[in-house]
Amino acid sequence: MIILWSILALLFLAALFGALLGYASVRFKPEGDPIIDQIDDILPQTQCGQCGYPGCRPYAEAIANGDPINKCPPGGESTIQELADLLDVEPLPLDAEHGEEKPKQVAIIREDECIGCTKCIQACPVDAILGAAKQMHTVIASECTGCDLCVDPCPVDCIDMVPVETSIQTWHWQAPQPDYKLIATDAGRSGEAA
Amino acid sequence: MNLMRLLRGDTDAPEWYDFPGGVHPPENKTQSLRGPIAEFPLQEEYVVPLNQHIGAVSVPVVEVGESVLTGQVIAEAAGFISAPAHAPTSGTVTAIEDRPVPHPSGLTTGCIIIRADGHDTWRPRTPWAHLQDHHHTDLLARIQNAGLTGLGGASFPTAVKLAADRNHVDTLIVNGTECEPYITADHALMRERPQQILRGIEVAHELYDFRRILIGVEDNKPDAVSALRRALTAIPAELEARIELRVFPTRYPSGGEKQLVYLLTGQEVPAGGLPTDLGMLCHNVGTLAALADAVFDDRPLISRITTLTGNQLPWQGNIEVRLGTDIRTILDWAGYQPDPNRAERIIMGGPMMGFALDQRQLPLVKATNCLLVPTEQELPTPPPAKPCIRCGQCEQVCPAGLLPQQLMWFAQSHEWDKAESHHLFDCIECGACAYVCPSHIPLVQYYRFAKGSIRREQAEHRQSERARLRFEARQARLEREAAEKEARRRQRAEAARARQAEQATTPTADSSPADPVAAAVARSKARKQASQSAAGRATATVSPGAPELTREQLSARLDSQRRRLEKAEAKLAAAAPEHQKAMETTVSKLREQIHKTEQQLADRPEREA
Ligand code: SF4
Ligand code: SF4
Ligand code: SF4
Ligand code: SF4
Repeated sequence: MIILWSILALLFLAALFGALLGYASVRFKPEGDPIIDQIDDILPQTQCGQCGYPGCRPYAEAIANGDPINKCPPGGESTIQELADLLDVEPLPLDAEHGEEKPKQVAIIREDECIGCTKCIQACPVDAILGAAKQMHTVIASECTGCDLCVDPCPVDCIDMVPVETSIQTWHWQAPQPDYKLIATDAGRSGEAA
Repeated sequence: MNLMRLLRGDTDAPEWYDFPGGVHPPENKTQSLRGPIAEFPLQEEYVVPLNQHIGAVSVPVVEVGESVLTGQVIAEAAGFISAPAHAPTSGTVTAIEDRPVPHPSGLTTGCIIIRADGHDTWRPRTPWAHLQDHHHTDLLARIQNAGLTGLGGASFPTAVKLAADRNHVDTLIVNGTECEPYITADHALMRERPQQILRGIEVAHELYDFRRILIGVEDNKPDAVSALRRALTAIPAELEARIELRVFPTRYPSGGEKQLVYLLTGQEVPAGGLPTDLGMLCHNVGTLAALADAVFDDRPLISRITTLTGNQLPWQGNIEVRLGTDIRTILDWAGYQPDPNRAERIIMGGPMMGFALDQRQLPLVKATNCLLVPTEQELPTPPPAKPCIRCGQCEQVCPAGLLPQQLMWFAQSHEWDKAESHHLFDCIECGACAYVCPSHIPLVQYYRFAKGSIRREQAEHRQSERARLRFEARQARLEREAAEKEARRRQRAEAARARQAEQATTPTADSSPADPVAAAVARSKARKQASQSAAGRATATVSPGAPELTREQLSARLDSQRRRLEKAEAKLAAAAPEHQKAMETTVSKLREQIHKTEQQLADRPEREA
């Protein structure tokens, strides 16, 4: 008899918690897919399309659906590492097919050569170019992601991509070189001292 | 807590509280305290960097060739956390250009270069005799315009600190500890000009009406303490009653802001917080003296006291020197002879927190409290770092109560989040840990590296966040525009349909209702007639044919077509076989166009003739 009661009690509890969980999963359903947001948060938001998708978010969605994590050249190794940590997969080397990791660049319009065709404005994914038809155009350097997309459409080739230089304001200390790795006899063995 | 006082049964609030950790490096202060502060002679050229403070780089307001007077503003503050710069002497601005400045990076930055005229003519000044005659806003503006920064070494704009909420702050902590070995600039100042410091305190008191004012001095400066005591007897009793001069044992780094606050009040500044969170303001004695100069004498920050020390200098002592003076000239003046047999080592700041300069031709800046040129015997170059032996000594001396060894591992393996959760940003970079480390690991450099990397990553993340928002905003705008266009198109289509339906139902005189085709034909006829008559009118007034291009326009078009052809031909040569066909058509089309334009051009002169 007691066995029956306990089974009944357990069944009742199972049903109760099942119902609770079911209700909670409907009531507190998260908006969108949180993993896509997390991946998107790691991607550099350069919006350059080098990964083969029209922007970072589509690539984030693709990664969530199992696409390899090594297609984003602007993010480079550090982004791949972060994605690998987030998704708990092996970090892969950057896929050379999509380009190589370059130092951050910024677009500069040679303003006296600009003919005001507005083609670059239409290409810029982050609205970092200022100008109007038949007026000189210029890049808002602080907003430019260095995606390179404005260079091709320019009919008079007056846009240059220049690397962002370190200034006193952006400089920071580098890690100390561990001296003991530079001892001559170590050099041949570890191969670290080049 | 002070054990002796407890043993004596002295249960009053102790004179000082014991902060954790700390070290006792050799002080080496007597060498530079032998004589009084010397006035450094005026120079022919001054280089004034635009970023002598923490915060936004100031903006030059003079032009090359302009003459300036001593104390004139030559660069204005840019934004809230920033400070103006002033001409250190009268003369002419000869250049505004990038020059190397004393900075661990060895990079260059914008500087204003002034050639002195030798007269040192001041701009008109308006000294203030009594603070009470002036409004607080005027007082604050005067402080803001004086370009004051913390002279203890951190160079934080003083006006920003003094803009803290009045209702919140009731204590002033005056930092006269100068705990770093070798440096004696503050010591010399307290010894020789204590009344100047007290006048600076008066200014701050006028702004805040402090409940108490604590002056903290280490016990290795008895002459400074007695000078301050003497000066204290000469100030108004109302102010004197609030001032307490506290002397405590010498230990590095008691001069750290948070350490000093704890030493004097027993209260701990919260992690990531400021002394203002506890209702306290902390100022260095040098800064307060400069504050008095700025407010009472209308003398902006154009000079400072700097210690010249180290056994490689024949003359050691303190100098009052104009900002922007060439460091090479200063060292030459002190009799410095570079040793040709060993690498030069000139340190700006002290041996614990300073950094080595990579050359001598640099301007002296607001943060240069000391120039140290040690011999190899007195300050040996650190031997190569060895692996950490996990002795734990670093952890025992850390005044911030951190785990230096752990922080080093995290910095080495780039585990920034762990470093942050171990309170990396509470490290004051005092160097006590590196000082005791038996493996000579440059620990502080690891922390600076980690902090810099984390800050850069945060900045990058902020930027990418902005890029994402801009991208999404643009995407939304494009969608909205497309939707609006679609809606307009649909509206037009609907309107047309409605019109048709109307025409179909309302019969007109000459066309049958069932014949929309006839109606369309009639409409098109009418339109043709109208356009013909318009063309006729045009023929009557202007030349016949399509809008004519001038010769210039035609040749410009020809040029651009030729350029395009050239490009296309180059691309054709480089094209892959599968694109060859398409490229060929493009090229031949371009050739045709050029031919046409050439003919038009050839026709022009005849018609115009
Ligand atoms: S390559 Fe990277 S930065 Fe460029 S769009 Fe793709 S994810 Fe964004
Ligand atoms: S300005 Fe050019 S390089 Fe910069 S974000 Fe826009 S399209 Fe990319
Ligand atoms: S440098 Fe940082 S970690 Fe080292 S003792 Fe000083 S506060 Fe502690
Ligand atoms: S003092 Fe040096 S060797 Fe000792 S635990 Fe700290 S880092 Fe390691």
